[in-house]
Amino acid sequence: MTDVSASDRGQAEEDTVWVEEVPLLDRIPRGILMTFVFVVFVALWQLATSLDLVSSIVLPTPLETFNDMIFVGKNLLTGQYMLPALWITTKEVIYGFALAMFLGFSLGILVGETAFGERAIMPYLVALDTMPKVAFAPLFVAWLGFGIESKVALAAFIATFPIVVGTAAGLHAADENSRMLFKTMGASRVQTLIKMKLPMALPQVFTGLKIGAVGVMAGAITAEFLGGGKGFGELIRVAASQLNTPRVFSLILYLSLLGLALYALVTFAQRKIVFWQRDSVGARFDG
Amino acid sequence: MSASAARIDAPPVSGEAVYELTSVHKTYARNQVIALEDVSITLRKGSFSSVIGSSGCGKSTLLKIMAGLIPPTRGRVVLRNKPVTGPRRDIGMMFQQATLFPWRTTIENIVLPIEIRDGRAAAEKAKEKARELLEIVGLKGFEDVFPNELSGGMAQRASICRMLITEPAVLLLDEPFSALDELSRDTMNMELQRICNEQHATAFLVTHSIQEAVILSDQVFVMKPRPGRLAEIVDIDLPRPRTLDMMTTPKFGELVDYIRSLLDKGEDL
Repeated sequence: MTDVSASDRGQAEEDTVWVEEVPLLDRIPRGILMTFVFVVFVALWQLATSLDLVSSIVLPTPLETFNDMIFVGKNLLTGQYMLPALWITTKEVIYGFALAMFLGFSLGILVGETAFGERAIMPYLVALDTMPKVAFAPLFVAWLGFGIESKVALAAFIATFPIVVGTAAGLHAADENSRMLFKTMGASRVQTLIKMKLPMALPQVFTGLKIGAVGVMAGAITAEFLGGGKGFGELIRVAASQLNTPRVFSLILYLSLLGLALYALVTFAQRKIVFWQRDSVGARFDG
Repeated sequence: MSASAARIDAPPVSGEAVYELTSVHKTYARNQVIALEDVSITLRKGSFSSVIGSSGCGKSTLLKIMAGLIPPTRGRVVLRNKPVTGPRRDIGMMFQQATLFPWRTTIENIVLPIEIRDGRAAAEKAKEKARELLEIVGLKGFEDVFPNELSGGMAQRASICRMLITEPAVLLLDEPFSALDELSRDTMNMELQRICNEQHATAFLVTHSIQEAVILSDQVFVMKPRPGRLAEIVDIDLPRPRTLDMMTTPKFGELVDYIRSLLDKGEDL
């Protein structure tokens, strides 16, 4: 074939071999890129504080925060007063998550599997879900007191909805062929649910669980802010009221470790249970 | 009724009737569509039949009725002298997709119909038979492999085993290999013929491919749409066993052309 434009381009390009060029950014390992972002972030933070762009009461220096993290870390490791506080918050999160899973699966199956649930109950769940759930915190405190119960309740209340939605959506994910196959095998409704629909729903169930795992932390801490108690949220509230911002920062960072641990636990469970799901970017980040 | 020529290998079409449909009508009440009008079909023991027709000719409806998934509006549907009133274990079915469940190993997928009907213990016992079936379809050694690791053709072989595990009296095949590439498709069709022969199976295939219908079948039911009805039954008198080479013979070409002409007439309506 003759190509006029090609011959126009002349001699120089004739022995050029056309190979794929990997963009520079794609060739750098992810760890290095992440470290780079971290260093830039800390540098900007340091700059903002040392140039006095913001008051040190509002924003502590990176070094102050780091020192306080060491202090809090020592406190936790040596089992001083912060450790029981962390333990209380951890319990709230675990109980809240367990309760949310129980409610989420039950309601999710009710809504996803029965026509009654889908038509009569789902609208109420959607209505509840659109409400600012944190606003229920004072109610839970009034009903359940200042102890751990009111925190567990709010944590579970927030985390239940994504699990319901994930379970219900997952139950609808079964394809036409699988349904037909189970029908031709004469499977009962319960058999179809247990042997086909639920396993097929698992990837979406885990998406709901991951969103729930994030929500459960927010719920526990918010309830502690609003309803007292002796948890980590209370430590943050006290530190903030004393204008001890480095302490607030370091407590938040430790708290985020708890959230991260819960998220990692869910991801680990997903890898083990939904072993057939491809380990793709989607699976890692959103299920 | 027939596209001429003497039968060399008569038995399949003259065997005892296994599946009989008499004047089957199906009207979908919701939109007043007549999906099937007066369809009568007889499948004889050990025969291979295909149904072919453009989309909307009622093939899927016919297959669903034969599988006991939906009832006909009128007409008799009788398998082995017993009316079909719902899904039955003597009806085996295979779909376009292999539909293996990824959390079960190949052999666990194959014994699933037994597990559903007779429980876990029976399924465990059926594994012996499943191994034999796997060997027949050439999947020996893949018992404990998960479906993710099987190719498309291998997955369909496994789903053949799953269909055969209950020893069904009739095999309903809904375009079983249309998702495969053409080369695997030809191979799988020959495999299907061999397996059906070995199992003395009565098979009923829904397909879009005239070649596929002709190379596999003893008789081809040609259907026309709006309303879905049987236009003609074409006897395929190619000798058995069929080989892929037969696809180049004049006889094969004649039959394909004849069926195509029948289908083209349907287009005018």
